[in-house]
Amino acid sequence: MNLREDFRNQRDCRALAERICFESRTPVSIMEVCGGHTMALQRHGIPSLLPETVSLISGPGCPVCVSDIRFIDHAVALAREPGVVIATYGDLIRVPGSTSSLEKEKANGASVKVVWSALEALTFASANPGLKVVFLGIGFETTSPGTAIAVIEAAKASADNFFVLSSHKVMPPAMTALIDEGVRIDAYLCPGHVSVITGSSIYEPIAGKYHKPCVVSGFEPSDILQSIWMIIKQVESGDARVEIQYSRAVRPEGNLRAQKVIEEVFVSSDDYWRGLGNLPKSGLKLAEKYSRFDAAEMIPVKIEETRESAGCICGDVLKGIKKPNQCKLFRTACTPNHPVGACMVSSEGTCSAYFQYGDNGK
Amino acid sequence: MCLGIPGKVVWIDGQRAGVDFGDVVCEAGTHLVEELKIGDFVLVHSGYILEKMDLAEAEQTLALFKQLSESSGEQ
Repeated sequence: MNLREDFRNQRDCRALAERICFESRTPVSIMEVCGGHTMALQRHGIPSLLPETVSLISGPGCPVCVSDIRFIDHAVALAREPGVVIATYGDLIRVPGSTSSLEKEKANGASVKVVWSALEALTFASANPGLKVVFLGIGFETTSPGTAIAVIEAAKASADNFFVLSSHKVMPPAMTALIDEGVRIDAYLCPGHVSVITGSSIYEPIAGKYHKPCVVSGFEPSDILQSIWMIIKQVESGDARVEIQYSRAVRPEGNLRAQKVIEEVFVSSDDYWRGLGNLPKSGLKLAEKYSRFDAAEMIPVKIEETRESAGCICGDVLKGIKKPNQCKLFRTACTPNHPVGACMVSSEGTCSAYFQYGDNGK
Repeated sequence: MCLGIPGKVVWIDGQRAGVDFGDVVCEAGTHLVEELKIGDFVLVHSGYILEKMDLAEAEQTLALFKQLSESSGEQ
């Protein structure tokens, strides 16, 4: 079995699209809240296979995109400190802050190191005891267990030069905030890899209280089409349940071991999201017990005053209110080579996906 | 950064494992999964194995697709 190619079969995709076209009667607006889904939808041209009744909107699912400008400014301020090395996932270095970015700071001589995991940052810190290594903890429940493991390992090794600046986030508060704000969402295509960790029960309040079908989807084209079909079946029968399409990876209870390490290292906190503002209990910060690894506490810096880029509508794109091609900067002043907003920087950003693959007529 | 990739475990050494993605073998942390064995299919994300993949579930999903595309061809 090939776990990628077997789920990209053209004939299967066509049959699933036929079912959707045949069964969909009620207009439905489906939001995907994972950058991986945004990219896969555009890459495989899925919107063009769907009937007029089904519209897809992208939500705040790209961790790089939702990282608030204050977080970038904080990271920039840390990068300017002597002896500090910033260790980060690659995409983040190009996200513009108020007046600078990590990429610009690197060009000016700051130490910014791209890593593939939090553990790599810790290994680098152990090998360089004279430096203070700050790992930028971004992402949802997919990346927070990895950061937590690195912090636990750092504590075991009594490391005193490894720190985390955490902007880790949890997904459900943003999903309910968008509905509360009045964005038209009839159903959620739920993030597959977040759900591998959390399980599918985190979406129960959205299905129950808000009466929105929630389907946890895989990332290949036939996965996504089957998930849309499952949503259509729920909509047409008046149901609102949580279902798992991505059953080869997601269990209802999730990965308990990963949930335990998150609980061990982090506590819930309010956090800023680009476009959505400050959402209660939507972030994760290091627990008191691990505060000696918290860069925000251990390396005090002066952070510049916040200045948003004029004309950029990333916030509205992240909320699903506007599409990238409604932005006057899109494809002109804002391109992947010269991004103005975060949604154009990340390879999973909505603007980047639309730029690369077109908008597939939807 | 968000890409989760399925692959096959080809070696295990303490809390590290080699995962074969078909064209390349990468090292990933095994901290988040229990009872990992060589030959297991796993999902790797930002340097860690997030979960073991359930092949029986994958087969069931593919069987449903097959049934669907076959009946679609008959129409």
